Amino acid sequence: MTALLEVKNLKTYFKKKKVNIPAVDGVDLKINKGETVALVGESGSGKSITSLSIMRLIPSPPGEIVDGEILFDGKDIVKLTENDMCKIRGNDISMIFQEPMTSLNPVLTIGEQIIEVLMYHQKMSKSTARNRAIEMLELVGFSRAKALIDDYPHRLSGGMRQRVMIAIAMSCNPKLLIADEPTTALDVTIQAQILDLMKDLSKKSDTSILIITHDLGVVSEVADRVVVMYCGQVVEEASVDDLFDEPLHPYTTGLMGSIPSLDGDVERLYSIEGTVPPPEHFPVGCRFAPRCPHAFDRCRNEDPSLITIKGSRSVRCFLHGDKEATL
Amino acid sequence: MSQINMEVSQKDLQLNPNLKSKPDTLTRIFFQKFTKNKLAVIGSIVLFIIIMSAVLAPWIAPYKFEDINLLDKLKPPSKEYWLGTDRYGRDIFTRLLYGGRISLLVGFCSVAGALIIGVSVGAVAGYFGGIVDAILMRLVDIVISIPSIFLLITVVTIFKPSVANLILIFALISWTSTARLVRGEFLSLRTREFVLASKTIGTKSYKIIFSHILPNAMGPIIVSATLLVGSVILSEAALSYLGLGIQPPTPSWGNMLEDAQNYTVMLKAPWYPFFPGLLILLTVLCFNFIGDGLRDALDPKTIE
Repeated sequence: MTALLEVKNLKTYFKKKKVNIPAVDGVDLKINKGETVALVGESGSGKSITSLSIMRLIPSPPGEIVDGEILFDGKDIVKLTENDMCKIRGNDISMIFQEPMTSLNPVLTIGEQIIEVLMYHQKMSKSTARNRAIEMLELVGFSRAKALIDDYPHRLSGGMRQRVMIAIAMSCNPKLLIADEPTTALDVTIQAQILDLMKDLSKKSDTSILIITHDLGVVSEVADRVVVMYCGQVVEEASVDDLFDEPLHPYTTGLMGSIPSLDGDVERLYSIEGTVPPPEHFPVGCRFAPRCPHAFDRCRNEDPSLITIKGSRSVRCFLHGDKEATL
Repeated sequence: MSQINMEVSQKDLQLNPNLKSKPDTLTRIFFQKFTKNKLAVIGSIVLFIIIMSAVLAPWIAPYKFEDINLLDKLKPPSKEYWLGTDRYGRDIFTRLLYGGRISLLVGFCSVAGALIIGVSVGAVAGYFGGIVDAILMRLVDIVISIPSIFLLITVVTIFKPSVANLILIFALISWTSTARLVRGEFLSLRTREFVLASKTIGTKSYKIIFSHILPNAMGPIIVSATLLVGSVILSEAALSYLGLGIQPPTPSWGNMLEDAQNYTVMLKAPWYPFFPGLLILLTVLCFNFIGDGLRDALDPKTIE
């Protein structure tokens, strides 16, 4: 499989009072064609900033991509001009967001919002774009697309709006769809429908998906591969089966432990102690060390690097690095 | 998959039965809410009559506005002269109709100009923020800090006080409040998620500003514009009253009022200053009522 997107050593810093805040600090990420990759982590771990960096939509100033490459289809999009980037956004890479209630423009009809993308990227005439918009709305499951197209967003429920967002995002058959917590704001039954819909559409049009979430249930349902982030770094990367069978990094283990299970008889849920440190106060050494139950002296002084284990997965932790090295 | 979707659509319909009905366009919601405000409706009707009679002045007016008839000077309202005559024997009703043309023309055109400048400056400042915002807002501060009445008087004395010049000057000094208002709207709107969403589909900045954010800010802009028309009409009246506005024999409500402020005229023909004064009052009042009505009707918080 060839890589569609390769992020190499991405560093996105925010400047605040002349201090650099490393929100994303050396992230490597690879997404193959047709693959669904999940980016997992707590709030503040740099997931959303990574995705916005891929879109080149970091608010600047104060944010800036200071180092690294983002190879999309072999082109480094960090070096592209804003104008060229506009041609990629929505056409090759598109994005859907957490809050479907506010992601649609309240004063434009649903049709206008889909037609705009099609006319801009696909150079369609207004009437062709309109037909295609109706097709897209039917594709995402609206039976009365023809009436809906002239409706305003405020008449739709959250789930319906998220489907409209998906219709907009998928209308130009993008190669990559970035979904930033697409189901967080929806109720559980709607969540499953939205996830199904995304999987279904991506299979049809061979679109890769980068799904950002902190919901491991969502991960197990849709992802092929999982990337776990903590404090702006990738701490573990594995296929979804490997990760759920045997999480290696103590942070991943902690995340897994904090899922309530149906058959367990646990009084209190496990929680990782402490909170994610703000980027300006990242600890020296392993960034997870202060919260890690297995931390030893080396963790507090030395920065572990991401090492490949068993050929297909990698982890950033001394516990595993040493074992592998001695084997 | 398609089966699931079918069920969903059925469910959507049940949950939200009015989806079946004709789409509630924003325009319809707007009219429903606007008509609830009685003062605003009355204001619009009265203003409509005033505007129409000004527009149709040449067809309605019984006389020519510059026709002097010294034999009939300062006549009280009668069958012949509906609202009486002024001190040159000119028909006041006719002059009010023509004066309305000037006053309203100056009002509307100045506000249109002020809106073009104010909206552009405010939108650019609010959307881009940072240094652009700082520079443009300091420019606004400078324009605001110039005492407008002195500027008006100075400029009008240097250039001739023609209608075009007046419009230009009013536009150039009254755009600042619009700019500040629009900037504020943009500052809050640009962080909304739909703006980020439209960036992710590749929309260019100018398009985001004018076709995505601006329609969302239309409510406050329209409201402030109606209020601004009222205040420009007042300024024009004040300037004409000082003799620096529209020059006779061309009538405007302001210079008719000035003409009536003569001591003997006031005593002999108290109805003369009454009518232009009443019209100014009525027009400005109508604009304010309409502004209030629009404010309620366009408030996005009450749309849902």
